[in-house]
Amino acid sequence: MADVHLPSTLPPLFPGLTRQLELDAPDVAALLDELDERWPGLRDRLCEPGPEIRRHIHVYVDRERAQLDTALEPRSRVDVITAISGG
Amino acid sequence: MSKTVLIVGTRKGAFLLESDEARRDWQLRGPYCEGWPIYHAIHDPSSGTIYAAGASEWHGASIWRSSDLGETWAQSSEGLSFGEGEGAPKLSKVSGLTAAHGRLFAGAENPGIFQSRDGGETWSLLSSLEGQPGSEAWNDPANQPPGHLGVPAILPHPDDPTRYWAIVQGIGIFETTDDGGSWTPRNRGLRADWPREHDEVGFCVHKLVMSPDTERLYQQNHVGVHRSDDAGQSWNEITEGLPAEFGFAAAAHPHDRDTFYVIPLDPGHTRCMLDGKAAVWRTSDAGSSWTRLANGLPQANAHVGVLREGMAIDGHDEPGVYFGTSTGQLFASADEGESWSEIANYLPAISSVEVAVVD
Repeated sequence: MADVHLPSTLPPLFPGLTRQLELDAPDVAALLDELDERWPGLRDRLCEPGPEIRRHIHVYVDRERAQLDTALEPRSRVDVITAISGG
Repeated sequence: MSKTVLIVGTRKGAFLLESDEARRDWQLRGPYCEGWPIYHAIHDPSSGTIYAAGASEWHGASIWRSSDLGETWAQSSEGLSFGEGEGAPKLSKVSGLTAAHGRLFAGAENPGIFQSRDGGETWSLLSSLEGQPGSEAWNDPANQPPGHLGVPAILPHPDDPTRYWAIVQGIGIFETTDDGGSWTPRNRGLRADWPREHDEVGFCVHKLVMSPDTERLYQQNHVGVHRSDDAGQSWNEITEGLPAEFGFAAAAHPHDRDTFYVIPLDPGHTRCMLDGKAAVWRTSDAGSSWTRLANGLPQANAHVGVLREGMAIDGHDEPGVYFGTSTGQLFASADEGESWSEIANYLPAISSVEVAVVD
């Protein structure tokens, strides 16, 4: 099970979503599919059509910058962060 | 006892202000929509739902909705997309919300019109105005991602659900009479101070409004204020008497076809009120003459701007007029603009002001 950490801006949009949760997925894309299954619309908040990760969303797997096809190990830590932007 | 509700979109969320019929004292609530930049927020009188079009720098574009006057909110962008194909335009922003005849419209950037028939839960692309003169430039994949052109407004016909007008920024007005199946440019008589590649388009329409007479339309353009007496088929300039031809916001009186409001701005880089003196201008004779309305508005050092959706007028017998500034002040008049008071300050930059009278 991957240890998934989400940004604070997401839970207010999806009732029941917590900032930390554990999910089983072979890669980042599948993990987002799983999140979207449980909280419909969540994928759109992190990905653009393409699909590709949104410009100001960064995903790290075990501290390495990840893309949608990045593989997850059974105990991977996944951090989804809102990159610096705005003001 | 009815309530008058202002729906205010800002760079940091939506706000609501409530008052009674007298419209003297206002209670402010917000921010809503998790502080997302809100480009346009409206109230749908048929359902009582508030809708707010936003675009988060992190989480993209979505449309928020509240069916209990702001107590609870949900958001959805399901269907708000030009597709996954290679070269498909990207959707960077939604604005231009309109509720009419049991459905919702949203204007998008790149130019596109989306509709929802289920109260904003899902959306579908109705038209991208493909093939219209000028569209070759706005749909050029080499220009992706978009940053400038979009559909900032859709004006519905009150009696005909299949007829409406759409503005494309920097291009002009297009009218459909078959629910988006075909479009006709409606810019004849407008002025442009720049070269244009097509005769029928290339005009910079900032705000289009309809008077209670559906044949009578008004617009604030980048260059001038214009009136149409044939539902947009031809336009006549009515700028003479105004202190500047430039402005964004405009509002039509709900009961008098000849009365119309604009807020002239410096056309240069500042795009603020002229000489630091805040004023709304009104014509009561369809543009033959203009009256400056500034009683109660700041008359020194008021370097404030008002954007295209920044002014609204309510439907009371003696209509109230409201405008919000790009520096977070909100002004209201309960007497058709004769006198004004500041009803909120220190808000984030205001993108839109709409007003509803609810029971």
